[in-house]
Amino acid sequence: MAALSSAERAEIDAEIAILPDARSASIEALKTVQRHRRWIDDDALGAVAEYLDLSKHELEAIASFYNLLFRKPVGRHVVLVCDSVSCWILGNEAVKQALEDSLGAAFGEVTRDDRFTALPMQCLGACDRGPALMIDEDLHGPVQPADVSELLRRYP
Amino acid sequence: MPADVDTKIITRQFGNEEAKNIEVYESLGGYRQLRRALGMKPEDIKAEVKASNLRGRGGAGFPTGVKWGFVPADAEDVYLVCNADESEPGTCKDRELMYWDPHQLLEGMIISAYALGARNNYIYIRGEMMRETPVLEKAIADAYERRYLGEDVLGSGFACHITVHRGAGAYICGEETALLESLEGKRGWPRLKPPFPAVVGVFGKPTVVNNVETLCNIPYIVEHGSQWFADLGVGRSGGTRIVCMSGHLERPGVYELPMTLTMRQLIDDVCGGIWKGREVKCVIPGGSSMPPMSADELDVPCEFDALMTDERIKPVEVAPGVPFDMGGGKELRTMAGSGGIMVMDDHTDIPAVCARVVEFYHHESCGQCTPCREGTGWLAKISHRVAKGEGRPGDVDLMASIADGIAGNTICALGEAAAWPVLGFLTKFRAEFEAKIKAPKEGAAA
Ligand SMILES: Cc1cc2nc3c(=O)[nH]c(=O)nc-3n(C[C@H](O)[C@H](O)[C@H](O)COP(=O)(O)O)c2cc1C
Ligand code: SF4
Repeated sequence: MAALSSAERAEIDAEIAILPDARSASIEALKTVQRHRRWIDDDALGAVAEYLDLSKHELEAIASFYNLLFRKPVGRHVVLVCDSVSCWILGNEAVKQALEDSLGAAFGEVTRDDRFTALPMQCLGACDRGPALMIDEDLHGPVQPADVSELLRRYP
Repeated sequence: MPADVDTKIITRQFGNEEAKNIEVYESLGGYRQLRRALGMKPEDIKAEVKASNLRGRGGAGFPTGVKWGFVPADAEDVYLVCNADESEPGTCKDRELMYWDPHQLLEGMIISAYALGARNNYIYIRGEMMRETPVLEKAIADAYERRYLGEDVLGSGFACHITVHRGAGAYICGEETALLESLEGKRGWPRLKPPFPAVVGVFGKPTVVNNVETLCNIPYIVEHGSQWFADLGVGRSGGTRIVCMSGHLERPGVYELPMTLTMRQLIDDVCGGIWKGREVKCVIPGGSSMPPMSADELDVPCEFDALMTDERIKPVEVAPGVPFDMGGGKELRTMAGSGGIMVMDDHTDIPAVCARVVEFYHHESCGQCTPCREGTGWLAKISHRVAKGEGRPGDVDLMASIADGIAGNTICALGEAAAWPVLGFLTKFRAEFEAKIKAPKEGAAA
């Protein structure tokens, strides 16, 4: 599904409408496509570039710059684990290990049932609640290694 | 009157789920200061902010009124951008300010926009703030409905618009010129300064960038006057300060406090001391980019100037006895930064902490300048090998010289953000690094 769907186009148009020019909508446009397709493959990137009248190369530089724009497949739920020093001093290494064990997949991989991808993320800004992680839109913390599998169960 | 520990100005509504409702905000006196401000001359508001000694809460502590004064007097299109990208490790206050009291931020922004003559305004919020963004968007929609925003704010003829722009995960976009690039839909590569954003900012127009907490204070300066605000603080720093207390504490959290409290009071009295009955070893006072303080330096107040100049804090060195030069012979002690205070107990492995801090800045370097891109890469590599006990003789000096080579030689302050803590850790905890490095041969010691 390379071409942009009408829903995607409508959402991108709404962004362009409130900005001085179409290129300012590039990040939002990529996010829109990601919302619909989970991640941004080469075809999707090409379609957005064409729609905004940017070169593919230019848009690729933007897409690869931002941590929350996914250029590789992800599962239905994305787990972002805070990997900054504030969570590290509170023991996030053990939480990361528990997560990999529960998922049976390493960071960056999609679990075999297509359900999860865990990604290390630079500071999530929940330092007073570390170790912290986010699953989709929800922030959790402090998370202990023993809590991990129960937390994951809430995201079928 | 100076603030005391019970003085709550901008965090009053923390914990009150109702306050984000516009009617409740109004019933608590909300938007009254906007009405008052609209009856004042923009010049007079600017003068009040300047006299209040409000200093930027985003990291640099720059006087807000002075920054506003940099906008050319004859500028036609001016933009105000609220920096809500909060991603400096250790910092978690802007998130709370936006979630609990979104209208307080909007009122502060609209008053500021009126003072600056800014019609189009943005809030650049970090992409991970999924809980806060809809709260803010709802608040903006409600403010439009009640004509606090729109083409004719409260019938005054002043036109004011606020748009929320969501980031996409990049620490560097908190740096104000990278943020402006990102607003324009580009990757966040910081710009060379000058020109400063106040002269050439977003879309080529004069732009004022202010932190969330900075802007939240504005309504209270209008309400009570600059003198009241200046008196809450101390010296050249007006108002209260929000600190984000994290790490090995009994009661971590986000607290609004007087700037006269010392680090030790923050830890012992406010946060119930160090967890597990342990002792404090090290404190990072203002986000991970600030040089750390050791346990014997904690009787200094957590105020901007005190942390920079108090002689009880040892200056950062490039080698034992050789002070680091910030430029013009100026010594570096530490800084209040973003208010992110990270506290570490006496079980903490400092070289490992240093490696994690460096790793972050290396990962988030935009790669534009060679000293930052290459230097942070080398620092990450060497600090990790030292932390793992695989360091080589001379590594401590090598780290210091690389850090010294980055600082002052880059486009933006991320270079300093990586270099300063490294030099700071080496200055205050040098023996710990050296102990991790295999004993050097006789006579070859650094
Ligand atoms: C690498 C880097 C990251 C920064 N991140 C933030 C941030 O997340 N939030 C913020 O308000 N300021 C941040 N700043 C500071 C901004 O550049 C800018 O000084 C600030 O937003 C100005 O607002 P203030 O004067 O109200 O503090 C950062 C600066 C640097 C160099
Ligand atoms: S100092 Fe680092 S982050 Fe800043 S512009 Fe240079 S390379 Fe980019």
